[in-house]
Amino acid sequence: MNALVRKHGWTLGLALLLLCLVVITRLIQPSFGTSGFENLARAALPFAFATVGMAVVVIVGGIDLSVASMMAVTAVLAAVLMERMAGVPALILVLAAGLAMGLINGTLVVLTRVPDIVVTLAMLFVWEGTALLILSSPGGATADWLEASIRGSFLVEVLPKALLIIAVAISVVWMPIRRSKLGLSIYATGSDELAAFRSGVAVGRTKIVAYGLCGLFCAMGGLSLAALTGIGEPVPGPYLLASVAAVVLGGVALGGGKGGLLGPLIAVFILRIIRTILTLMAVDPNVTTIVEGTIMVVVVMLGTWATTRGSKR
Amino acid sequence: MSTQSTDPPLVRIGLFLRNNPMIPLLIFLFLLIAMLEFMRPGIVMPIRAGRDGLISTFWVGNLIKFAIPLAMLAACQVLTMLTAGIDLSVGVVATVAAFVCATLSSVWGVAPAVLVALSTGVVVGLVNGFGVGVVRVHPLIMTLGTGLIATGCLQVYQRQVINAGTEIPGFLEWLGIGRTLGMPNGLFLFIPFAIFILWLMRYTGFGRLLFALGSNERAAKLSGVRAWQVYIALYVLSGLIAALTGLVYLGMIRQTSLSLANPLLLPSVAAAVIGGTSIFGGRGSYAGAVIGALILRVLDTMLTLMQMPEGARTALFGIIILSVTALYARIIGTR
Repeated sequence: MNALVRKHGWTLGLALLLLCLVVITRLIQPSFGTSGFENLARAALPFAFATVGMAVVVIVGGIDLSVASMMAVTAVLAAVLMERMAGVPALILVLAAGLAMGLINGTLVVLTRVPDIVVTLAMLFVWEGTALLILSSPGGATADWLEASIRGSFLVEVLPKALLIIAVAISVVWMPIRRSKLGLSIYATGSDELAAFRSGVAVGRTKIVAYGLCGLFCAMGGLSLAALTGIGEPVPGPYLLASVAAVVLGGVALGGGKGGLLGPLIAVFILRIIRTILTLMAVDPNVTTIVEGTIMVVVVMLGTWATTRGSKR
Repeated sequence: MSTQSTDPPLVRIGLFLRNNPMIPLLIFLFLLIAMLEFMRPGIVMPIRAGRDGLISTFWVGNLIKFAIPLAMLAACQVLTMLTAGIDLSVGVVATVAAFVCATLSSVWGVAPAVLVALSTGVVVGLVNGFGVGVVRVHPLIMTLGTGLIATGCLQVYQRQVINAGTEIPGFLEWLGIGRTLGMPNGLFLFIPFAIFILWLMRYTGFGRLLFALGSNERAAKLSGVRAWQVYIALYVLSGLIAALTGLVYLGMIRQTSLSLANPLLLPSVAAAVIGGTSIFGGRGSYAGAVIGALILRVLDTMLTLMQMPEGARTALFGIIILSVTALYARIIGTR
């Protein structure tokens, strides 16, 4: 029991914090019931996918600054395709496009040997331009069933469909990989690239796959964006900073090799619920930005201080 | 690495380029300018379009004028990247400084307004430095976070002063728009600034400490360097430079806006990287970053001239940044 707590201590702490925040929300607004929670889950969906994608890349020891742009590309692609063709092929095409974008990112990082920050910074512009080329202004349309799929609850009242979608996405994509040799390679590469290389891990291929996974999750994020708004918007949203903050909050070390996907996911909901609490308290929306930023900075400070205290160097 | 006279000429050229990293950059800059001239004859050399003048002072002046804020922000990035950090709050700090100066000038007068504007940069720098130096947060996250907080503060401040007028101090306009002998007046500020940065990096102990911390932080600390002091000073300096840039940019654009200098942020990182500053620390050059800023401005002009859709321009911008850095990495041979 002790070992379990210690291993997942950070995630458990986050879950506890989330619980406290939900309680606070109920206290402030007693009518905040399942519909409120469902709204929250729905709005958090794009953030959640961006965070999960970013988490995979950070675990492998890199970073991807283009997540927001990739989401914009997939969102407009979905909007444009769904206007013309049936839903399911469009969905598959969008997911494939996201995977391709991620793989391109990864290949460039590995082949050019330029630091990943610089490559993904440049690709941020490239994907943003691509989104604008696909759709120069917000428009397009999404299939009705797509919008319906994230709205409402599933089976039980308390289980929002949005939450289920992200849970399914992670279990289908990440869980099998994590248990496999690829997952081990990902953690190894993030932990110490040289040691992994010398142990026979195909470091380059692993990184490319990790970036590809990020692209895939970004595609899902883009789809959820399109489903939320009903149209495609070629302008990238604020998902980069939010995803990095949630990843760090979620206990994934920026150096790589540590952490999972559950922590960042809970962190996303924590950040969104804080925003909801502030809105419910009728705080000026601009002050909300200040508070969000301060919370992110303070949490990251505390987290870094806690980890450096643990490993006395 | 010295060349033997028996080395094949290509190897010697390669070694020469590697030892003088400015040269490939300058070659690339002139190549771009040549391409620009080819695309729109007469823009650089009016004589080719039947007008007077070998080199268009108007175009050169314009190029330099808009490269100055970019080069100043690139200085922030070069200095922080030397220590394996980065400063992503410079865009917001510049915007805040510009906005504060413009709104306070009409209320309190020019000098106090400028002082307050510069002090906002110092405050943000202090917070950044504290986070990076004392608490050891990763600079990417820390500066992103402070940038966000500063954006929020700016929005709140804007609501407060929404009724007050704005006034752009005269000397800032003179710096931003005026010309002396065909060259922008901003050079009067920028040339001493650039000399200061170059001197700082090469001839002061502080500059040496930056290189040391970026190269091998542990060794530096074991040698007695008080890293937290250096980091705080570094990020305060970065914030100050960003605030100054905001003022200069205000004089150039002559409009108060809530996102004035934000578009300069990512290109400033690009300029620093193109100029040969390693993002892992320990290696960097401000002269290269200045050339990088010029390269980016010429690129921008070229892309605008091509009249391609905005999306294609943005994508091409990214592709070119990537190619230049990849090529540079190959030529120089290191990361």
